[in-house]
Amino acid sequence: MSPLLDRLWQALLDTLLMVGASALLALLLGIPLAVLLVTSSRGGLFEAPLLNRVVGWLVNLFRSVPFLILMVALIPFTRLLVGTSYGVWAAVVPLTIAATPFFARIAEVSLREVDPGLIEAAQAMGCRRRHIVWHVLLAEARPGLVGGFTITLVTLINASAMAGAIGAGGLGDLAYRYGYQRFDSQTMLTVIVVLVALVCLLQYGGDRLARGLSRR
Amino acid sequence: MSSLTSEYRYFDDAHGQDIEVAAPAARAASNDALHGHLRFSGLGKRYDGAQGPVRALQGIDLTVRRGEIFGIIGRSGAGKSSLLRTINRLERPSEGRVLIDGEDIAGYGTDRLVALRRRIGMIFQHFNLLAAKTVGENVELPLRVAGVPRERRQRKVEEVLRLVGLEGKRDAYPAQLSGGQKQRVGIARALVHDPEILLCDEATSALDPETTQSILALLREINRRLKLTVVLITHEMEVIREICDRVAVLERGELVEQGPVWQVFGAPRHPATRTLLAPLQQKLPEDLLAQLQDGRRQPNDRLLMELRYTGASEHEPDLAGFGMRFGGRVTLLQGGVERIQGRTLGHLLLAVTDSPLAAEALRRQALELADGVEVLGYVAAA
Repeated sequence: MSPLLDRLWQALLDTLLMVGASALLALLLGIPLAVLLVTSSRGGLFEAPLLNRVVGWLVNLFRSVPFLILMVALIPFTRLLVGTSYGVWAAVVPLTIAATPFFARIAEVSLREVDPGLIEAAQAMGCRRRHIVWHVLLAEARPGLVGGFTITLVTLINASAMAGAIGAGGLGDLAYRYGYQRFDSQTMLTVIVVLVALVCLLQYGGDRLARGLSRR
Repeated sequence: MSSLTSEYRYFDDAHGQDIEVAAPAARAASNDALHGHLRFSGLGKRYDGAQGPVRALQGIDLTVRRGEIFGIIGRSGAGKSSLLRTINRLERPSEGRVLIDGEDIAGYGTDRLVALRRRIGMIFQHFNLLAAKTVGENVELPLRVAGVPRERRQRKVEEVLRLVGLEGKRDAYPAQLSGGQKQRVGIARALVHDPEILLCDEATSALDPETTQSILALLREINRRLKLTVVLITHEMEVIREICDRVAVLERGELVEQGPVWQVFGAPRHPATRTLLAPLQQKLPEDLLAQLQDGRRQPNDRLLMELRYTGASEHEPDLAGFGMRFGGRVTLLQGGVERIQGRTLGHLLLAVTDSPLAAEALRRQALELADGVEVLGYVAAA
């Protein structure tokens, strides 16, 4: 393999690892967070206005800090968590912390769009609140949640390019070091093509899955 | 055993072993006589609106008997929906009580409330089916969350789908069904726990007239077959006429009239009831009303009379009787009768010509034949 392909392959793996790991974590943390935001709001299943306000405020806080700054600011926390502030796994920490509130807000919108009549029907048939969250809110919002997760994935690919700044590697880092710093436009163009292909593939897959889940 | 048993022992001595069976049944019956299956007592509901509290319901006293189809009718915003929802406590009353089998449900905690809701099925105007689940899964859900074993769930789902006539639709999604079929799924879902009470929230308001008829027929059949108590709310008098035994009229959160359907239809007392009934009733023909004159001017002028049948008596339109009593030519200009709950209700607009009797005498004669008579006046011969 040529050195370019070699580097490209390694960078692609790094990107996929960073994005995959942080997306998975954002999914696992973001869904409960979105459920919390929806159900604790006024008139919700677990109405708790104070908690709702605090969580909402925290989400906004993390959403408002630009990723590059968030990443640097989180370095001590990252070191505490993974033992180093350098490399792929060190990038997963700020990526997850940025993606979770992002996805939670998108998921919140999908959950809010579930017809209140369905919740009422579920209550009338003797569902407990946890049943309603599982069988009604999450089940009915599934196409929207898949769509929201696709958006989150694409945003993560974007953000992961910046993670090169803390030595995480990946496609963005490759393009920056070779393309920008060494005027290697061939590498730059190849990376762009790979990124475009990656995003298109993800979007296509996400759209198909969402459509498949939608029974309307 | 309570003192009730000993009282019944006296009557049941001759039957021996019947005592054990008779006593609880008698107790349930006496309980029903006191409380009905379902009773509202001094029920009120206030909402905190933007401009202070809004009264949605006020001083509702109402008893629903076991096994009847009870209709609550009112215009939109009259409070029907809130009233219906206090029965399974989707809505909490601000004052007063809801008693089911004589028991106040206000103090129920989550567990008892969930148990209560499994005894009460509910169907909705917009069906409220889960779009992401198949027909079978929708119907199965109430059993699933109740922890019923899979095999029993499957059997029960088959059974209720057969009952509502949707045997082949188990694996379809709600989006693939027509409105009437969706409501049948809703009914199947509501029946899957073998409830004692079925609540219908404008269940036919989103359906076309033909489908409405088939859904009402199904509700009637279920009511008879499963002997469950049905409480329905609607703004359509046709629905009440079609299937209800008794009806209550709600206006601005207050109960303004209630009684057997024939009575409320035959002789509505409250203006709100009359307004609701108006679409079902014929108006007097404008052209004739315009020609009405005070008295008879020509010997062959026609006297217009309206005869009403309210179901309160045995009166039925006696066609020969009109001719004999009025002593002239009798023409039926407009009107009709219908039978509701075995009673004759309706009105007839008659024209009497060439009668030897004066208007007042004709009126008295007509009163022998109908429950109500109004002499409108004379019009010139056609």
